[in-house]
This record gives sequence, C-alpha cells and structure tokens, in this order.
Amino acid sequence: MQKLKREEIQTLIEKSYKCRKNILKMMRNGEGHIGGAFSSLDILTVLYNKILRHNPDQPKWPDRDRFILSAGHKCLALYSVLADQGYFAEEILWKYNTFDTPVAMHPEEKRLPGIEFSTGSLGHGLPVANAIALSARLDKKNYRVFVVLGDGECAEGSVWEAAMAAAHHKTDNLVIIVDKNGLQVNGRTDDIMSSSPLDEKFKAFGWSTRTINGHDFGQIFDTLSGVPFEKGKPSCIVANTVKCKGLPYGEDKYQFHHWHCELEEIDNAINLIGVEMGKELDKVGK
Amino acid sequence: MISDEAKSILYEGDKKAATRNAYGERLAALGETNKNIVVMDCDLSKSTMTVIFAKKFPERFFNFGIAEANMISAAAGMATMGKIPFVSTFGVFASRRACDQVCVSVAYPGLNVKICATHCGISVGEDGATHQAIEDVAIMRAIPGIVVLSPSDGTETSKIIDAAAEYNGPCYIRLTRGASPLIFNENYQFKIGKGVKLFDGTKATLITAGYTTHICMSAVKKLQAEGIDIDFINMASIKPIDEQLIIESAKKTGLVFTVEDHNIIGGLGSAVCEVLSEKQPTRVVRIGVKDKFGASGSPADLYAAYGLDEAGILKVIRENLK
Repeated sequence: MQKLKREEIQTLIEKSYKCRKNILKMMRNGEGHIGGAFSSLDILTVLYNKILRHNPDQPKWPDRDRFILSAGHKCLALYSVLADQGYFAEEILWKYNTFDTPVAMHPEEKRLPGIEFSTGSLGHGLPVANAIALSARLDKKNYRVFVVLGDGECAEGSVWEAAMAAAHHKTDNLVIIVDKNGLQVNGRTDDIMSSSPLDEKFKAFGWSTRTINGHDFGQIFDTLSGVPFEKGKPSCIVANTVKCKGLPYGEDKYQFHHWHCELEEIDNAINLIGVEMGKELDKVGK
Repeated sequence: MISDEAKSILYEGDKKAATRNAYGERLAALGETNKNIVVMDCDLSKSTMTVIFAKKFPERFFNFGIAEANMISAAAGMATMGKIPFVSTFGVFASRRACDQVCVSVAYPGLNVKICATHCGISVGEDGATHQAIEDVAIMRAIPGIVVLSPSDGTETSKIIDAAAEYNGPCYIRLTRGASPLIFNENYQFKIGKGVKLFDGTKATLITAGYTTHICMSAVKKLQAEGIDIDFINMASIKPIDEQLIIESAKKTGLVFTVEDHNIIGGLGSAVCEVLSEKQPTRVVRIGVKDKFGASGSPADLYAAYGLDEAGILKVIRENLK
C-alpha cells in the first residue's frame, strides 16, 4: 500500500495548522464551534488533499466524490479547508458571522461552492449520504460518499436508522468517520449519553469498522486509502481525536465546544497554534 | 346551480376510488416515462399503494423499513442527485415523526421531494387517533416553501401527481384511505394555486378539499333542492391557495363555510381565514375536527360524531344561514 512520504506529512501538518489559524482569524467576528472544528481538521485535511476525487474549479463535477459534514456545526474546519483548496477566495472567510454571510455558523449548500448539503440539525447527514451513495449505484457511477459525524451526534436515532439502511442496501461506496473527541455541548459524552463502543455498534449494524488516531496523518491516510474495507459493506472509521486540538488551553475541554473568544485573545491563540505546529513538525522529523 | 366551469369536468356515474389507489396507479404509469422518479416507502407500500411501482420498477424502489426520519432525509439526498423521489408513509409519520427532516433536509434547501402521505384525517377509521393525521396540513403549511395539495377523488389525485412531478420543489400530498365517489372526469385540469368552483350561488360560500368534497357536494345539492344556492369551491391547492377565487366569492356571498377532515386550527379553514381577514373581511365558520384527537370507529360513525357527515355539515350551514 502506498504510504505518505515525510514531506507530504509535513505539508499536511502545515496546511492543517494554517487552517486553524484562519479559523481563529474568522473568530475575530465572534463566537464559533472551534472545538469540533479543530478535532476534525486533520481528518478533513487528509480527505481533501489526498483522498477525495474532486475539482475545486468544478465544484459540481458529476463524478466527484461527495463529502458531507453531518455534524454541520464543525463547519469552520470545512470552510477553512475549502478556501485552502481554492473553492473560493480566502477573503470570503472573513465574512464569518456577518449578516447574510455565505460562511454561516452552519453550512449552506446554495451559498458556497463545495458544500454538498446544508447541515446543522444533527442526524441528517448520514441518511442523506446513504441515499447519494445509492444514487451512484442507480446512475452506474463510481463516486464515493464520505461523511464526518460527531460522537455526540450518534445519540440521534436517525443516525442508527441510516446505519441500518446502509448495511441493508450494501452501500460500500459510503464511508463515515466519527470524530470521537469524547466531548459535547455540556460535558463528556460518556457522562451525558455514552455512545461507546462505537466501533462495535457499527459492526453489529453490519458495517466494516476501523479505529484510528484522528490526528495521525499517516494513519488517517492509510485507513482512508483502504476503503471499502469489505466489499458489500459500508465503512466506518472511529477516529479518536482531541477536542480543540492545537490550542493547548482549549484541548479536551467541553467549554471550547462553542467558544466566545475575546478579540484580544486571538493573536495570542494564533501564536500558540504556531508553536503547536512546530511541535507536530518536530515529531515527524526534518 | 352547477357552475359553467364545472359543467364539462364533473363525473357522471357511480364509480368510487381511494385516492391512495389512484396515486399508486398514476405513479407506476409515470415511472414508465420519467426515469428520474424513484419511490421510497417505510414498510407500508401495500397500504400506500407504492407497491404497484415497486413491482414494476424494483431497481427504483427503496424500502427503508420502519424509519421515517431516515427515509425523508434519504429522499433529500436522492433529490440532490437529480432524482424525483416520491416518498410515502402514513400522514402521522410523514408530518410528525419526520418533521425536522422535512423542514431542514427537504424544505430549507428547496429540494424536489414529493411527500405523498396516505391515511390522513379521521376517515382512516378503526386504527384510531394514533394513526389519524389531523394536524399534518397545519405542520406542512407552516414550513416555508412546501406546496400542500389535498385531492378530493381519484381523478384529481392523478392530475395532482402529474402536476407534482412537473413542479420543481417540495410538495406534500394528502391522501386518504377509504374509497369515495369520483367527482371529476378526465377533462378536469389541475393547477397548483388554483381552486375550482363547482356550484354557483349567492347565499354563502362553501370551501372544502379532500375526502370531504363528495360529502359537501351532496349537501350542496340538497340545499339547492330547497332553493338555497351557494358557491361551492373545491380547494385542492391549500398552499399556495387560490386567493382570488376565495375573495371574489366572499365578496359576493358575505358568509363562508370551510369543511375539512383536519383540526380547525391550522388547516384549510385557517388558510381561508388568513386570506379573508387581510383582504376581504368576512365571517368564516370552520367545520372540522374541533381541536381534539380522533378516535376509533368506522369512518361513517366518526364523521357523524365529529360533525363531518352530511347531516352535521348541513346543520351548521342552516344554523348560520338564518
């Protein structure tokens, strides 16, 4: 199997942390769901740079792989990655939280190139994605559908309705990545409504599952490169992540699910992100 | 007297049909010519009559099991791929259980999904209150951008299914369980946003839609025999509603009755009141389910108990005509 070279991993780290900095710049306009954006950002970075068959110049290319952010509130991550990919000018990001913005607190398909489906109400993305995967089969296309869900989101019953349906309809062009940061709005997922063990649950529903470190670029790439894990079964990746990964004082704190930051905090936070990026780069060596 | 408009479109004969059957048949016929049509159901296809399509086009039929929320979102997903999903389940599940999915996955992006809900109203009968949708029109009307249609008979159902397939956007189509006499013949043309005046009169206006149309028709004929002529309007397009037709009739008669197999809060009666209170203030008497749940019984017994049978409708009209 093809592995990522060290330089490729370095580039991904740099991109991912550049996106984190851009998210903080967006938050100059106020609050946002930074925690889930930062926990899912490394996954999105690998997806858009290395896995998805897509073309930012032709966002509606019919044969593209689809990506649906079921946990729509993590869209700061998606916006920053789409801008980095060239779906739209970076300046659009600075309209975050302004009136009638194309980069709203939940993503809107009609407002921004690269958004496949408007999400925000949790538990909708997987049912939609499964049907898109079924459409590919009807149209004899070979595109794949990737979905990022939150582990808190997995409390929604419609997630499991769709999980059952995907296995039943054998949509093996469907891949979900659960961003399992272990925290939700008001605290630890295990305290509020435990969704563990997610891998075993999806397996019992008829999925082929893997568990990974959602911040290990090599592992994310290796795993996503191997889909479908089994022919005739949808694939589920449970990615263990850290909420607010990259901003040390916010990491693994539920209070950073939705952060009301002070304007004067932003520059310091951006500096800290830079330091964290350096540490990550050191880990992979020079 | 029968309106000029109605003379060529009224059916003469004694054939009956359930709107759900007409739906199933028309859908299967449309499937021949429109390959983008896909059909989804939640293990009720033999009741919603999507089974006819399913047998004919198994590759375009998706059974999602007893999981309505998932089915509605799946329909949204298919619609994003250019498909025209017709999705069916009972009205209670389509409107209540999957309400968030209808609102956020379908209506908000304005997707081309046709929700064809059967077993609406207390005319469902013995299944009882849990299975009788009496608030579905209110729910759907309150969601921006959804077209709400309520056919009165088999013919109108076929025409409405055609119109819905032609229209690009979300539709909620309210179908019923029991058979009812045909009202329209094949000359009838349905347009979204248009009602049809079947009888002309001066004493009052009676507006209805769906399963109650044939009952009202019979009541209107009785009144006519007594020398009481009233305007009688079939308003299958509840949203958008035919404002002009309502205003013109109300201006002429000065008294409006609405009849619906639905809670009087939020349904056809409310829609008529909204038009008239703003544009032609007129007294409106709403006949329907009076803010209570349905019950178990034969449709005839229930209609009598809820004042929706011919006698009940006539009683209210006569009381208010005095």
